[in-house]
Amino acid sequence: MTTATAPLLPAGTDPAEVVLAVRGLQVAARSDSGLMPLIEDLSFDLRRGETLAIAGESGSGKSITALACMGLLPQPAVRVTGGTIRLGDTELTGLPEARMQRIRGARIAMIFQEPMTALNPVMTIGRQLTEAIRAHEPLGLAAARTRTIEAIRAVRISQPERRLAQYPHELSGGMRQRVMIAMALALRPDVLIADEPTTALDVTVQREVLDLLRDLQRELSTAVILITHDMGVVAEMADRVIVMRRGRVVETAPTASLFAAPQDDYTRQLLAAVPRIGAGQARPAQGSPLPDGGDTLVRMTDVSVRFPVRQGVFGRLHARVHAVEKVSLDIRRGETLALVGESGCGKSTIARALVGLVPHEGRIEVGGKALADLGRAATKALRRDLQIVFQDPMAALDARMTVGELIREPLVIHGIGTPDEQRARVRDLLERVDLPALAANRYPHQFSGGQRQRICIARALALKPRLIVCDESVAALDVSIQARVLDLLRDLQAETGVSYLFISHDMAVVENISDRVAVMYLGQIVEMGSRAQVFGDPRHSYTRRLLAAVPVPDPQAPRRDMPRLTGEIPSPVWPIGAGPERKVLVDMGAGHMVAPE
Amino acid sequence: MTANVSTSPEPAAPLDATPPFWRRLLRRRLAVLGLVVMAVCVLGAVLAPWIAPYDPNEQHFDGLTIEGAPLPPGAMFWFGTDLLGRDLFSRLLYGARTSLVIGVVANGAALLIGTLVGVTAGYFRGVTGAVLMRFTDLMMAFPALLLAICLAAIFSPSLWIVAMVIAFVNWVQTARVIYTETSSLAERDYIAAEKTLGAGHGRILFRHILPHLVPMLIIWGTLGISTTVLLEATLSFLGVGVQPPTPSWGNIIFENQTYFQSAPWLVFIPGAAILALALAFNLVGDALRDILDPTQQGRD
Repeated sequence: MTTATAPLLPAGTDPAEVVLAVRGLQVAARSDSGLMPLIEDLSFDLRRGETLAIAGESGSGKSITALACMGLLPQPAVRVTGGTIRLGDTELTGLPEARMQRIRGARIAMIFQEPMTALNPVMTIGRQLTEAIRAHEPLGLAAARTRTIEAIRAVRISQPERRLAQYPHELSGGMRQRVMIAMALALRPDVLIADEPTTALDVTVQREVLDLLRDLQRELSTAVILITHDMGVVAEMADRVIVMRRGRVVETAPTASLFAAPQDDYTRQLLAAVPRIGAGQARPAQGSPLPDGGDTLVRMTDVSVRFPVRQGVFGRLHARVHAVEKVSLDIRRGETLALVGESGCGKSTIARALVGLVPHEGRIEVGGKALADLGRAATKALRRDLQIVFQDPMAALDARMTVGELIREPLVIHGIGTPDEQRARVRDLLERVDLPALAANRYPHQFSGGQRQRICIARALALKPRLIVCDESVAALDVSIQARVLDLLRDLQAETGVSYLFISHDMAVVENISDRVAVMYLGQIVEMGSRAQVFGDPRHSYTRRLLAAVPVPDPQAPRRDMPRLTGEIPSPVWPIGAGPERKVLVDMGAGHMVAPE
Repeated sequence: MTANVSTSPEPAAPLDATPPFWRRLLRRRLAVLGLVVMAVCVLGAVLAPWIAPYDPNEQHFDGLTIEGAPLPPGAMFWFGTDLLGRDLFSRLLYGARTSLVIGVVANGAALLIGTLVGVTAGYFRGVTGAVLMRFTDLMMAFPALLLAICLAAIFSPSLWIVAMVIAFVNWVQTARVIYTETSSLAERDYIAAEKTLGAGHGRILFRHILPHLVPMLIIWGTLGISTTVLLEATLSFLGVGVQPPTPSWGNIIFENQTYFQSAPWLVFIPGAAILALALAFNLVGDALRDILDPTQQGRD
């Protein structure tokens, strides 16, 4: 969809009608040192049927804008200090809560990033929807129920009557987000604010939800404010874009012209930092296109990980979750093997099995030695060769230790060097990951997300490992910082010859960093090959679907039509004795392995 | 985190040299107040034989009115006298000895047992954890007072036995809370990261789990002071605690509670002492919690 696509309006409405007008909005947070501005001088008009994207990185104030419009700022700590927000004829700033409640949901609705936390877990979907409708309209139970079923049907959920009786945890993430959309749109609000509506969803599910939002918007001519950090989503959805940074508007432009000719430096840099599929080939092959059968570092043979599902008072083994099912793969020295797939496909479980955090069946060999055959001491020694960098660096660092202590920790554990040597090594490592030597005396919370991830990388490097597992290591970072962490990883590889097992759901990032790619689906690998093979010539239908679903940060790009899926992903839970059919990979030539379908 | 697309480093909080522990503690007025109250209690208890104006158990003839009623606070008996004509101030000083032992030792022992059980069960899980926690649940379901009475009846009552009995009854809540906290900590990524670095159980438990439990232990520790002091009073009221005439703050209240209306000082003054002690520990504990938490640094 491009800006030229006019929304199909119901007769009698004025397409240029402004439904929400924000003028000179200022929001500030109360802190010890006085008022700290979070948003300064924000103005925009939102017209009927239009999609306005507010894009920016974390801390840009985009979510605060949404909360301000909804009257949901955490007052009195954060409050509007100036400006106006007009919804039609109603001024929203300073409106008493009782009146705001009537407007919220009925005239201005919101969907959140994480649908599981936004839904009440102990109420059925049906009751929640019915209640939301009846809170605003004097309908009888039966009438409200009819409206509910209509709303559920409108978001293309099959068997609406059955769904109404289900609880949120019984639905998948994508289904839950659809329910949220149904709830938001059931009362036909003038304005829908979608705050990162697809960030928590898998890429194929994201595609479905975005398509659905677009369709519904056209049908209802609702004005949408789309808040996102993902320039791909912006390009696909928005008519106009506001780029924000540190609470200020950097640039406002129609989507097509913003992408074609960004005016501001920051916008340009932001767009340049966005990883794109297809950009990967332009980079020189990174020093490690090893010949086939090159030096193998890690060899996994028929590795399975199953978690027991116990039931009843005596914890009887009831079924098993087949998280990883007989996976075989090799990681060569100095290469980056990317493992891609959607949530629940078992990619993180493989990583955890490799570094010994979950027990596995099958054989994992590291440098020719099988993990299972080693004694305690040898296992501890082998740990030095395998390190892991997690997704959330704040969670992976002990908040009560200084950065110096944290990076020194592995050296202390393994008794490497004298205290002075250890401190010297910490300084080297900090320098290596571009952090000042002073950082050693500070605590993790004093750093930004990107810097924390550098600390994690420094800690992983301390033992001079031969393999670092990066488990979604850049997923939580803003794109600009993501790009720099990826550069750092690449530099370190060129310098030390370390191998990476790079686990990610982000196809664009994977294409940027990987030498070889393995695609996982339901605990098994369905396709594996070099980057060029998998991205240039995807053979398995799942790989193709993954690639097609990635939003392209270019409004002019042709939209690849995807079959709209309504089915659910099959469950990896199997009763005892049963299991999924094993997929045997077939070599399509030059090491491009594909599971037959 | 701010967006820096260019090569400039990401900004971080400025580095302040952290002042030494004592200075940071003394900078907080409430904490200093708490320390002063604690010091007064401890000094009073230790120096009781020297500063008490009378023997705590001596029944003064002039300590009662003609009708035999206790004297209100006055020049001769600062805090008044009790029903037997004993000097309340002296009894409070000597009672501080009992109550401090109960509040600090019994309470500390309860915390220690609770932490050991909770951490072991929460970190190792499995059969050990299940057995420990079922035992904790059993203890919780059992009426604490009944158990304390049974135990105190078996062993001949002395101050230390009473302290141990109270510890044995009071550890369960701590264990339950610490168990929950530990099992959630054990699932965190940073513990997984430590495991992949090769850290053993001891290192993980002592360096990475226990420090994170400190805030919770401080809260439970300070909450426990008044409950233990009063539990001791209950026990001595029932005849299985510290034996009369040895005074404790709790048993002064219990002995005199029926005369609450005619001689309110007999209840209010020891009550205020218990309150002051618990509050003092609470204030100091609060300050310690903030000081020991690196994420709170630079905020004082």
